[in-house]
Parts: sequence; C-alpha cells; structure tokens
Amino acid sequence: MPGITREEVAHLARLSRLELKDEELDHFAEQLDVIIGAVARVSEVAGQDVPPTSHPLPLTNVMRADEVRPSLTPAEALSGAPAAEDQRFRVPQILGED
Amino acid sequence: MADLIRFTAAETAAAVASGDVSAVEVAQAHLDRISAVDEKVNAFLHVDTEGALAAARAVDDRRARGEELGPLAGVPLALKDVFTTKGVPTTCGSRILEGWVPPYDATVTRRLKDAGVVILGKTNMDEFAMGSSTENSAYGPTGNPWDLARIPGGSGGGSAAALAAFEAPLAIGTDTGGSIRQPGAVTGTVGVKPTYGSVSRFGLVAFSSSLDQGGPCARTVLDAALLHEAIAGHDPLDSTSVDAPVPPLVEAARRREIRGMRIGVVKEFGGEGYQDGVVQRFQEAVELLRELGAEVVEVSCPSFTLALPAYYLIAPSEASSNLARFDAMRYGLRVGDDGGRSAEEVTALTREAGFGPEVKRRIMLGTYALSSGYYDAYYGSAQKVRTLISRDFDAAFAGVDVLVSPTTPTTAFPIGERADDPMAMYLADLCTIPSNLAGNAAMSVPCGLAPEDNLPVGLQIIAPAMADDRLYRVGGAVEAAFTEKWGHPLLEEAPAL
Repeated sequence: MPGITREEVAHLARLSRLELKDEELDHFAEQLDVIIGAVARVSEVAGQDVPPTSHPLPLTNVMRADEVRPSLTPAEALSGAPAAEDQRFRVPQILGED
Repeated sequence: MADLIRFTAAETAAAVASGDVSAVEVAQAHLDRISAVDEKVNAFLHVDTEGALAAARAVDDRRARGEELGPLAGVPLALKDVFTTKGVPTTCGSRILEGWVPPYDATVTRRLKDAGVVILGKTNMDEFAMGSSTENSAYGPTGNPWDLARIPGGSGGGSAAALAAFEAPLAIGTDTGGSIRQPGAVTGTVGVKPTYGSVSRFGLVAFSSSLDQGGPCARTVLDAALLHEAIAGHDPLDSTSVDAPVPPLVEAARRREIRGMRIGVVKEFGGEGYQDGVVQRFQEAVELLRELGAEVVEVSCPSFTLALPAYYLIAPSEASSNLARFDAMRYGLRVGDDGGRSAEEVTALTREAGFGPEVKRRIMLGTYALSSGYYDAYYGSAQKVRTLISRDFDAAFAGVDVLVSPTTPTTAFPIGERADDPMAMYLADLCTIPSNLAGNAAMSVPCGLAPEDNLPVGLQIIAPAMADDRLYRVGGAVEAAFTEKWGHPLLEEAPAL
C-alpha cells in the first residue's frame, strides 16, 4: 500500500474544510503515513468472501407517525447561532457576488 | 455526620430516603469537595452549583410531601460534557463549542433528572471523545487521583477522576472504543459499556454513531447497576435504540455468586506490550474466578488482532461525516466572517481554529478511508473485519457465559508520554475495541494494584449483547471477593489529595 504524500494531505484538508497551516501539513503527513501504514493490515481480508457489517443492530428504516409534536421555538433554535436575522440563521455569502 | 463524600450511591439514596441526611447537605458536601480539590484534578469543565442545589431541594421537597423517592433520588452525579444539558454549557472538550448552551436535554440527562439524580456539572474529556488520556481536551488535561502527573484514561477521564477523587459517587461516560472502561481501569473505579443501542444516544454529540454508547461509571458494581437501570431502555428519539426490556441488573449485582458459570480467557489479549504487573493481577483474578466456582477455559478469537486497525478506519470515517455539522453556521464558533469571505472559507477557518490536532487527524484519516480508490481496501475491509470479530464472539459465547481479559495493557502512563505519538496512544484501547465493533456489553472492575507502580489494574468482563446482567453478576462476585481479601475497597489505598 503506498504511503501518503504532503500533497494528498493538503487535498484531504481541503475536502475536510480545514484551513491547515504549512507546518501542520508537514506534521500530519508524517503521522498519517504511520497510521495508514498500521491500519492497512485490514486489507488482508479484502479478498475474503465475508459480508460487511456497517452496524451492530439489524435495524432498518425505523419510522414514526407523522404527527405534530412540541418542538423548539424559533428563539430556542437560534439561541446558539453566530448570527441571526428575521428568525433565520444569517450566514456568509454562498454564491459569490454578481 | 459521617463523611458524605465517601458514601456509595446506594448508601446516599438510603440516607436521603430515611431522612438521616438531606439531599441539599449531600449536594453541598460534594460541591465543597469539588471546590477543595478540583483545581488539582481538573475533572470538571463546568460546575452547576445553582442547578445542583435546586435539584437537591426538589428531592427534599418531594420527601417532605411524603412522595416515594426512586433508588437514586438525591445522589450527586458528574456528567460527561458530551451530553446536552438544557441551559448548561456543553463543550465536548472542544473550542468549537466553547460557550454553547444547548436548548434541549439529552435523553440520558432527562432520565437522570426524572430519577432525582443531582447533576453537579460537566466533566472533562478528550475533544469529541477522541483519545485515551483526556490530554486532547481544549481545556487542559485531567490528573489521575492516584498520581496527578499521570493520565486518568480517556476519553472519559474527567468522569472517572471525579469518582476516584470523591467529587461524585456516580458519573456518566460514553464508550466508543473503551472510553468508559479504560478510564475505569486506570483510576480503580467501575465502568460499564452497555449493549449497543440499550442506552439512548439522543443528545449525545456523535463521534462514531455505530460504536458510541453511553453508560454508567461508579465506585461499586451495585452503584453502576442502579445507574445503568436508571438510564437504559427504549427511546423513540433514537432510531438505533433497542426496543427490548433491560435485564435485571441490580438483582444480578446483588447476587455475588458465580458457581458453575463458564468463563473464557481470550488468548489473543496478552503477550508483547502487556505490563508484567497487569498480567500478574489479571491471572490472580482468573484464579479467584476459579476459587469462586466458575469453570475457566481458554478461548481463541483470531480476528481480534485486526480489531484495532479496523476501528481506526471505521471510527474516523464516521467521525469525518458526523463532525461536518460543525460548519460555523448554526451554533458554536465562527471565525473570519469579515463580510468578504465566503461561507466555505469561514467554515474552513473556523474548523482550523476550533478543532485540536487529534480531531483534525481523524477527520482527514476518515476522509481518506472513504475516498474513491481507497474505499474498498480500507473502509470495506474494515467492515469485513467487523463481521469476523462478531463471528469470533459468537463462537466463543457458544461455549462460555462471559469472556475476561485485562481492560488495558498497561496502568496509567505519565501525562505527555504518548501525546504526540498517535499509534502508541491507540494501543491503550487494544482490549476494549472488539466489544464496540460487535456491539456487545462489557465492564471494567478493579482487580488490584500493579506491584511495580502501585497503580490500579482493571479486569474486563465481556457478555453477549442484551446479557448485560452477566457483567454485574460476575463483577459483583469479583468485587465482593477482592474487597474481603484486601480488607477494604481498592480506592481506600489512593493517596489523599
């Protein structure tokens, strides 16, 4: 299994929405390389005909009745918002200006 | 009045119910203890003095009106800061949630309040429960009451340290890879990971949803059983909640008898990397089980050697998805919103500033394991390992009632020793991880001090899913026999703070 490069770590950081500093990239590249080297042992079983387990319980699609129930008020739901306006979360621009 | 902070939860509840002591006196004694020692221990991130005294007064009022009190009414508790508490800060040990005050209670929080339990405050933890030492908290490490220069385990080090420092007789933890059991082992306390799905995850801030399980921490097996019964049971607010009755745990804890039980020693938990004193105390515990009339056999679970690698692919993969919710838009920290930056830039700057190194490592590791090109080799293989581990457990439980092992390969290590060596840190959970992957039930109960460092060693007991009562039956018997042998509970040997 190939090791992980500094460029790959920079790509993972972008995908993960982490604005890492240069020195962090170096440090994480080194550590992730060691960790990935150690966990790669699981691929020993890659060829085996074994069903995957994603979850310990055999539950699927637990449904509830579609009924109106008590819930948070708008003020409660917005109580932790970094910025709010007119009962909505106020966020930075998403689409850019045009 | 006798020293209220040294009462067990069962004794406290009885004293409150009989009127020998008021719930307010009990709460105040613990708040005083926290004031006296927590500057050194740092078990608590937030102490809710007002809320605790109000809850205690409510219990005293109910008693005054002649209402029947539950088995834990008036008993103080330390709650891991990963459960939401309405009106009380919840940080998960992270800067990204600093100052956040949830508008709702977790189901566990709600059930504790309904039981008349007095919540003293929120305990320190590795950030988002990722770690084995509580050093990954953004708010500084917690000291182990046995030696403040050593780790109290993690991620629930604050909860375990609060018990060992006599700041609370009960605590709640969460166990994703050992975060209840490993802190229990290294602090000489009792910690239980219930069967997956048997304690609600509603309001438990998610790390790895298919592994996370809340559970009880206590100084005695009976206290753990009382707390476990108070928080367990089906919850319609958690779609992974098991809709089945909880077996009688308190009754099992009181039985203290294991004659004829079949107990398996897992061959794979031992050898290189295990401290001599841990192995010695474990073997003595196995001998004790035989003396108590159990039939002990060796069992082999060959896939367990792949449990640690599989865990460090599955847990980070789920974490990378779960922690995407910390986007700086709806709650928590927001950094760099200067009117010019885009939402995406603000998210990336906030996560850089708000997450610590271990959380960043795991998010990137999980993102890597889930990427196209690597998915089958890593995440897909890890899921196959999970199946193989469950099969090993099934085969073992066909022949025995419970399995036993050391809870951790070593006793508490010095703060800082493994802080920048992730793989060394991950080894602390070697024996605890298989139960999370399979979703069964497991307990750590004290089995003595390692002779070379005089630090606590834990015996791990593992039972099949929904057979949590077996943990309490074996744990209760082991605790009673050791206490008789030592002449006192293990924690009495801990140094004064």
